[in-house]
Amino acid sequence: MKHLDEYRDPALARKLLAEIAAVTTRPWVIMEICGGHTHAIIRHGIDLLLPRQLELVHGPGCPVCVTPVALIDQALALARRPEVIFTSFGDMLRVPGSRESLARIRARGGDIRTVYSPLEAVNLAVQNPAQEVVFFAVGFETTAPGNALAVQQAARLGLTNFSLLVSHVLVPPAIGALLAAPDNRIQAFLAPGHVCTVEGLQDYEAMAAAHQVPMVPAGFEPVDILAAILLLVRQLEEGRAQVENEYRRSVRPEGNPAARLAVEQVFQVCHRTWRGLGEIPASGLRLRPEFAAFDAQCKFALEETGEMESPQCISGAILRGESKPPQCPAFGKECTPEHPLGATMVSSEGACAAYRHANRQ
Amino acid sequence: MCLAVPGKVVEIFEENGLKMGHIDYAGAISRACLEYVPEIRLGDYTVVHAGFALSILDEEEAAKSFAAWRELQAAAAREGVDLFGRPLADADADADEQE
Ligand code: SF4
Repeated sequence: MKHLDEYRDPALARKLLAEIAAVTTRPWVIMEICGGHTHAIIRHGIDLLLPRQLELVHGPGCPVCVTPVALIDQALALARRPEVIFTSFGDMLRVPGSRESLARIRARGGDIRTVYSPLEAVNLAVQNPAQEVVFFAVGFETTAPGNALAVQQAARLGLTNFSLLVSHVLVPPAIGALLAAPDNRIQAFLAPGHVCTVEGLQDYEAMAAAHQVPMVPAGFEPVDILAAILLLVRQLEEGRAQVENEYRRSVRPEGNPAARLAVEQVFQVCHRTWRGLGEIPASGLRLRPEFAAFDAQCKFALEETGEMESPQCISGAILRGESKPPQCPAFGKECTPEHPLGATMVSSEGACAAYRHANRQ
Repeated sequence: MCLAVPGKVVEIFEENGLKMGHIDYAGAISRACLEYVPEIRLGDYTVVHAGFALSILDEEEAAKSFAAWRELQAAAAREGVDLFGRPLADADADADEQE
């Protein structure tokens, strides 16, 4: 794309780095909440190039990482049923539940299929009327519109063999919870570019004002991230706390109204437990009662299971920005992308996996 | 799940009553649902998540923010320094070294 290569221009990136260094006079802690940003920052080594006084901490913005073990266990219970075709995005397959993973059940012959879109799962339900197709609906504000449309489409087609196991989470309440934590160190947020593309800026403006914390939605190219960090540091140094939109080419202040409307029609806000963070009020989405027929939890009367995470895993502290992956004693030893102990190693966007892929210690 | 580079819309069609498209990522073609970007046209760039196009990238805005950063660079250059405040000759030499 014209104007895309430019966002990867090393000369401009160096200039931005220089300007960041010039305006930074004190230590600041900035959280990138989105796993996509974490991935880009580590891949390009941006955190290593910044002035020492600036600390980037990684946030909980990876849906695979924050899906609680109890929900993975429910997915496993569904996937074991002979009448079920269980569908999911590929990155959920290796996430460990309390005893095993979807990948293991598939290896034993379970009918688990990876899809790239929930509409593929709807098509599978059309093609397999004698079976139940369940789609594992995880993700933030970015995947909710697609899942909402899949439900509307299934309703339009009159399907009775399609349902969602819903584990949707919302970013702004999580930001609020992180800022309200007594030992919070985060002073500014690199806001999630694609979440804001859907949701718009309203919630972020309210949050910036209420907590006096600058927020800058950013794109995912190196120049985007550096430009956003520069905007944040300038605000911090000047004592301002506003939303400045670095990612104007995708984020409009009102977000994507059609996507927001579909989400509102199909889902309602609920409390959610986040892996590593615990329950955060009003931080999730569940299907509205009128769509209960498409809710796998109701349809299959799934029970809450106990939750067991590896005692070695410190991914909770990593998701709260308190620790970095190399501080975990299991990092790169007992725990690798091939044999993950915790969710932050399972997903390629998880902080542990990002460090590991970049060979960072 | 949430990593996304923009792709170019190379085909638009209808399937089961939904507006769909083929999206080109530097030669790799994939499908996406276009219901949330109803005004999208062939040749537009879009950000796709989990099979759904979520926005049409605005070339003008892309050029504008890029121009703003370039301007920052130029303003410093007019004073004969790079953004470190070092004389430009040094900075250029430094830049060549790192290229
Ligand atoms: S390295 Fe593995 S065990 Fe350690 S925090 Fe990361 S995911 Fe958990």
